[in-house]
Amino acid sequence: MEWFDTWGLPLIVFLPLVGALVLGLIPKEKEDAVKATALLFSLVTFGLSLVAIGLFDFDLDTYNTYQFEVNTRWIPAIDSNFHLGVDGISLPLLVLSCFVTVLAVIYSWDHWEEPRNPRAFLMLMMILLTGMNGTFVALDLVLFFIFFEVVLVPMYFLIGIWGDKAPRKIPGFSRVVETRLYAAIKFFLFTLFGSAFMLLGFLALYFRSGEFGDRTFDIVELTNLGASGAFTGTFAFLVFFGLFLGFAVKVPMWPLHTWLPDAHTAAPTVGSVLLAAILLKLGTYGFVRISLPILPNEAVRWAPVIAILSAIGIIYGSLACLAQTDMKRLIAFSSVGHMGFVMLGISTLTDVGINASIIGMVAHGLITGLLFFIAGSMAHRYHTREMARLGGQMKLMPIMGGILGFTAMASLGLPGLAGFWGEFMSLVSSYNPLDGLSLTVFRSAMVAGAIGTVLTAGYMLYMLQQVNFGEPSDEWVGRNFHDVDRFEMTAWVPLIIFTVVVGFYPNLIFGVTNDVVGSLVEMAFQGGAVTAGLGG
Amino acid sequence: MTIDYLALAPEIVIVVTLLGVLSLDLFLPRRKKFWVATLAVAGTALAAVPLIFLAVEGSTRSMFDGSFVVDSFALALKGLLLVGAYIVLLMSVSYIESDRYWQGEYYLMILSSLLGSMVMASGRDLIVLFIGLELTTGPLYLLAGWRKGDIRSNEASLKYFILGVLSTAMMLFGMSLLFGLTGVVGFDELAAVVGDHAAEPAMVLAVLFLFAGFGFKVSAVPFHFWAPDTYEGAPTPVTAYLSVNSKIAGFIAMLVVLYLALPDLADIWAPAVWALSALSMTVANLSALRQRNIVRLLAYSSIAQAGFMLVPFAAAAVADADLAEGFSATIIYIAIYALMNLGAFAVVIAGARATGSGEVDDWAGLGRYNPRLGVLAAVFFLSLAGIPPLAGWFAKFVMFRSVILTGGAGPIALAIIAAVNTVIAFYYYARVVKAVWLDPVPEGAEIPEQRAPAGSLSLALGLTTALTVIIGMFPAIATVFADASQVLTAAGG
Repeated sequence: MEWFDTWGLPLIVFLPLVGALVLGLIPKEKEDAVKATALLFSLVTFGLSLVAIGLFDFDLDTYNTYQFEVNTRWIPAIDSNFHLGVDGISLPLLVLSCFVTVLAVIYSWDHWEEPRNPRAFLMLMMILLTGMNGTFVALDLVLFFIFFEVVLVPMYFLIGIWGDKAPRKIPGFSRVVETRLYAAIKFFLFTLFGSAFMLLGFLALYFRSGEFGDRTFDIVELTNLGASGAFTGTFAFLVFFGLFLGFAVKVPMWPLHTWLPDAHTAAPTVGSVLLAAILLKLGTYGFVRISLPILPNEAVRWAPVIAILSAIGIIYGSLACLAQTDMKRLIAFSSVGHMGFVMLGISTLTDVGINASIIGMVAHGLITGLLFFIAGSMAHRYHTREMARLGGQMKLMPIMGGILGFTAMASLGLPGLAGFWGEFMSLVSSYNPLDGLSLTVFRSAMVAGAIGTVLTAGYMLYMLQQVNFGEPSDEWVGRNFHDVDRFEMTAWVPLIIFTVVVGFYPNLIFGVTNDVVGSLVEMAFQGGAVTAGLGG
Repeated sequence: MTIDYLALAPEIVIVVTLLGVLSLDLFLPRRKKFWVATLAVAGTALAAVPLIFLAVEGSTRSMFDGSFVVDSFALALKGLLLVGAYIVLLMSVSYIESDRYWQGEYYLMILSSLLGSMVMASGRDLIVLFIGLELTTGPLYLLAGWRKGDIRSNEASLKYFILGVLSTAMMLFGMSLLFGLTGVVGFDELAAVVGDHAAEPAMVLAVLFLFAGFGFKVSAVPFHFWAPDTYEGAPTPVTAYLSVNSKIAGFIAMLVVLYLALPDLADIWAPAVWALSALSMTVANLSALRQRNIVRLLAYSSIAQAGFMLVPFAAAAVADADLAEGFSATIIYIAIYALMNLGAFAVVIAGARATGSGEVDDWAGLGRYNPRLGVLAAVFFLSLAGIPPLAGWFAKFVMFRSVILTGGAGPIALAIIAAVNTVIAFYYYARVVKAVWLDPVPEGAEIPEQRAPAGSLSLALGLTTALTVIIGMFPAIATVFADASQVLTAAGG
């Protein structure tokens, strides 16, 4: 399988794009051919990502060594290379994004929101997959930036064309527009705003690296420079802030999260699933891959801020959930809380915390993805998402209700299911953050997080009580609801299985991430560079 | 004095084509006028042959005591101008044909203007530069009023003419002051002596007059008031030519004079360029937010883009840094802008026919009934907004890169203004995309029958799309313009 060393990652990244082009050639009317082609391309891409797991040499996995590396000249004038590679941190996320996309294609098989047009929908999904996979394997800042931005365009169209058509008043303006239009442009502008500052940060790193040799955008080289203490002082402080804005909008961290409830609620089902399951991880991944290793001193300086914002996010997200009447919006807000746990784990700068954050990302991808699937299917049947009008689902659709119950339990962090490990370990790690970080701040954050888990249980159970239990209201009595159909089942069962498997055997993820995270922490935070920085 | 005919070959091909068009037009009956168009298009393409030969050969050829220089910078620029004119001609064919009059003269005018801009690209003294620039704009006064029966077209032509002549007068006055003070017109000679006169009030006056003249030519804020009306009234292909070729010509003329002839007077003009850049971006972007007509929107957009183009050069100038880096970043921006803006205008022509209107709101739902055109509209407007992986991102990237490299308060302030403007600009570009894709077809709207655009227009669309996408993914191609401008660095020092 030597070909995989050079062609594996480029194929995983660009095969979906080829798929989009092929879809464009198929006549729009031949919907079955369109769907089959999209499924084929996403399955092959997923298959390739499994091959990557199979061939990945876990014994060699230390931080800043990448496997299946590709490195060729791309834009010589600005010293930017086409550099791809994967390690134990990006591998689970890469597989997750391919996996969820396959399920999304299967789910959408006969779930089309108006105005239908499967070909355009699937083309956008394929372009989205290229952007997501590319972000996870890019090892050049310019390339990373491109893929990070490429993701915006298809998601803008997915929300804007197939999104929620209910009218909505824009706060601060007297105009009323359709929710989808408002949500789509808000999503785009927020991310664009953040990534403009991120780009300025990248450029600043590039020019500063010139003082230690050739100027470079290469993440591997910049990481080495970072570990040797190259970037310090006000310069590094501002660069970290620039990157922080770019990534924090994407995660999203409180108070930059306001685009999320709108975008997730307005997006079509599959769009919400991909947004929650993958797109949010681009932000947290950026912290782990770029901010921490390249600017370790600044990570230490900023860690308390991140921890406090995460704690606020956890509490705020949970309280906001309790105030929701719309089921989909509740799930959307729950992401703010869950991603708060992920960021809290990262902010401890310990191997426990970062391991927790990665398993948290995977679990959130599986569980919240599933929740959005279910919410979409329910809205499809009830034509409403108002929890007050729903009720007695266990009697109307027992299977759907059962799966919803299971997923809600997983989401609130029930031990034995995937969601538990991320939250639990993130709290454990914040009891004992990196030496030198303020114990007061982190232990307060831990307490806030613990309260957050209780609140999470509260709103999830509240949702279940309103939706699943009790008697169906008069509105639904006598209506013959179609319980979970085969496409839904095919798409959901793998998610359920993985939620259970990861829950019982978290080593599936830790086994992949543990070594590399350990060596990341050792390289960035336990060398001489950081302790020197802490004094000054 | 010997004349290097090879160096002049691209211009000679254009002159021959021009004469051919003129004489062919005399003899052809009206229904066979398309041969005139064919000849014009073919001649423009043919002019690229000696150009490529010269570029491959790569030597610098200088004539007329150094006032006419063919170096890699001039060649890169001429290449860009040729491509621009070629695409405009392709867009014109079906458009002008459907207007049914003055076809022969139309191509004559475009070719004359092209010839002027190519001469300008080689001009290395004030006189050649001036002649080139005037030959570029002269025919455009006529072309702007080409739709004689349309009162708006008359207005466009008249406004453009009056302000154009005013700017010419100012520019010429500035040049004559410059000559009066120094006694020379060549850029190299000027560069050597202007520093001695920096303190004289007349010199300040000369620079400011020159600057204001160029400001009108490139329609930068606050000299921009003619542009939106002229753009809207002129036939759309002419507007495309105005906003790309004629704008590039004016721009290059301004930059070349400042960069090659007056670098020692940077204290006088640098703050003015900085202000011009900041104002153009901000005022034009804010005005564009309110536009409903798509051509007016593009008019403001092109003023704003001119502001972005100036950013690297202005930043380098105010920081008293090496101008070469800023200059080459500006040149890359100009090249990429030219390609994507031409594409946008080709889409406007095709879209106006497909929707029967030039108002953004009437384009609602275009993506539903004409997806191919809808995709192209998305490509060009998102590229203008700078969204990767379309070519526009690289232009913006190079712009920011150059400013960060320069550093310092003035440049960083400009970078922040540019960053904010990027987000504002995205909003109105996205409005077009939103209308085309997100909005439903308006109820009761009469949608004209959808036909594939004429062959030549399709070719123009295809070329610009291919270039926009390919350069976006492999931006290394666009950096030839930066490399080419290095020649000037050596000369200008």
